[in-house]
Amino acid sequence: MIQILKNRLIKGIVSQPVELKSLVKDNLAAVELESVGSELQKLIRKKFGRSLHIREVDTGSCGACDSEIISTTNPLYDVQRFGVNFVASPRHADALMVTGPVSKNMLGALKKTYGAMPEPKFVITVGDCALAGGVFKDSYYTAGGVNAILPVALHIPGCPPKPLEIITSLLTFLSCCK
Amino acid sequence: MVYQDLLKGIGEICGIQLLDVSERYHDEVYVSVQKEDFKKACIALHKYLRSPVMTQFALDNRQEQKVFVLYCGFMSIRYKKWVFVVTEIPADTAQFDSLSKELYSATLFEREIKEMFGIEPCNSPDTRSLRLHDEVWPRGQYPLRKDFKTGLSQANLLGEYAFAKVEGEGIFEVPVGPVHAGIIAPGHFRFSSAGEPIINLEIRLGFTHRGVEKLFEGKNIFEAIKLSECVAGDAAFGHSWSFCQAIEKNCGVTVPKNSSAARAILLELERMYNHVNDIGGIAIDVGFSFPAAYASLMKETILQLNEKITGSRYLKGANTIGGVNFDLNEEKKRLIKSSLGAFAKDFEELKNILFSSVSFMDRVDGTGILRKKTAEDFGVVGLCARASGIAADLRKDFTGIYDKVKFHSEKQETGDVLARLNLRILECEESMRLIEQFLRIVGGSENKILIRPQPKAGFALGYIESWRGPVLYWVKIDAQGFIERCKIVDPSFHNWPALAYAVLGNIIPDFPLCNKSFDLSYAGNDL
Repeated sequence: MIQILKNRLIKGIVSQPVELKSLVKDNLAAVELESVGSELQKLIRKKFGRSLHIREVDTGSCGACDSEIISTTNPLYDVQRFGVNFVASPRHADALMVTGPVSKNMLGALKKTYGAMPEPKFVITVGDCALAGGVFKDSYYTAGGVNAILPVALHIPGCPPKPLEIITSLLTFLSCCK
Repeated sequence: MVYQDLLKGIGEICGIQLLDVSERYHDEVYVSVQKEDFKKACIALHKYLRSPVMTQFALDNRQEQKVFVLYCGFMSIRYKKWVFVVTEIPADTAQFDSLSKELYSATLFEREIKEMFGIEPCNSPDTRSLRLHDEVWPRGQYPLRKDFKTGLSQANLLGEYAFAKVEGEGIFEVPVGPVHAGIIAPGHFRFSSAGEPIINLEIRLGFTHRGVEKLFEGKNIFEAIKLSECVAGDAAFGHSWSFCQAIEKNCGVTVPKNSSAARAILLELERMYNHVNDIGGIAIDVGFSFPAAYASLMKETILQLNEKITGSRYLKGANTIGGVNFDLNEEKKRLIKSSLGAFAKDFEELKNILFSSVSFMDRVDGTGILRKKTAEDFGVVGLCARASGIAADLRKDFTGIYDKVKFHSEKQETGDVLARLNLRILECEESMRLIEQFLRIVGGSENKILIRPQPKAGFALGYIESWRGPVLYWVKIDAQGFIERCKIVDPSFHNWPALAYAVLGNIIPDFPLCNKSFDLSYAGNDL
């Protein structure tokens, strides 16, 4: 316990001005993150009453997009402090975040997950494969992207998109929609 | 004794007629046998080379010769060779004697061959479909056959998958997945338990099947690199290196020493960020969130370093046939050194936090034991095998660039979660030492490839010890220079069945912990 407290004090708050020994000091991204994040928080407060809850479903991605989505929750980006949370059940979710080109085996599970979400709801796709299949477009076993199955409100491109890109895209989208 | 004598001996003792033995490359031997002798030859090689089935696959050669060709690959650490048993199966009687009852490590490969090619393994104990789920895929459609066409009838759907049933008083089933609570890939787990302890676990995967092997077919070798990076995103570099190695071997391209060293640096960086991620994952799965957050920041450090070196956080696009796509100049080398220095300090702290917590140690010590014998029988590879006391590491056994540096392959004996945790820590530290040594080998701009190598008809095996274990790519190129067949084996494919054994007798709440300590890939397994 003392060890943890000691480390906690030595490290300080990493997610504000970025200060971890091993992180490179001249991190411009961190400055950008702060401004993007506080704006995002304001929007979420206004439109979703304090927080936006997201349920993530992998429909056959290679895992890199999921890894980057997890990265947005690490102490550096810490997307939760802006009111964005990843939840365990679709019943708690406002938005469905989908990665991967939709393997035939996941088609049913994807539809069920979407069906279990309460209205109003919207779908976000992350990564190039989720848009139209990406490198897996011509496969016999993919449905050719999420667009063919569910109404997609926002697409975040990249292979994989960086955590900051995911956060900025969310902001741009939320500032456009009512 | 040279390997030729061994093969001759096997032929005589087991009464197998060896039709042909060809040493295609210095490390690849192909032994042709008659279809009737295939099983005997495989069992003999398994016994004498002390190797599980490392890969088994088929090739559709019906157009030219009216046969399917069946390959079964073994690894010989002693002779530093990959030995393939090859046989031809006539197209009109597409079946062969199943190896599964004698060699458990062949079971999954045979199920795969059955569903992808429609070649029947006779007397196999398990012939259920593997990746083409019966609920969505009609019977009698074999995607890896050359004459397969997309657009199929939806008739013939079989419906439900037959899970093994456990019966008795007080037994209940807990189905989990494919969509899990966290941000993870999909898979279905069915626990049967009596009270708390698990008495049977059945793992059904294939949910992320994307038909990767078929997508490789007909691709140009340069295009295909991108695809190999998308097989398993967290091992993108291991996969692309293995693929490039197969092509380089086939096309006779020599990779300069400094390019190989640059690749090795990236491979070790990939190992480090994944290992530290898993160490954090093990902590979070027992509810110890501080070190988990600490580890996730350390992972972020390496990802940012990756981006500064290659332009990609997951090292995508870093590899090309014949070398690498980036320069390791002095500035980058300094950056790597300073980042690793800071990482090492953080790493010590992380270890202290974990090992000074009694309740954490209590959860990991003695949990999820994979015994050495079980691991051997299942053909477990890579880190999980080394944690159970099997000394096998391609970096040591088939050195390559690793013979230019001082390298010690770590090993643990107990096979529990703690052993896998310790091994990850040791390997991470070894990786730091390796990178330092490789940095002395790499040069500056000579890394850049000037001549685009020409594709050549033929086939070869690429193999790389990625962070999970050996990643194998067997690639065949046709006369026009396009890929005709690409067989991928991710280490997860060997290791998933062993997880179901490691959790037996443990309580269901410890399953996430065991699972994370294995940390197998869904995408790499499902292809």
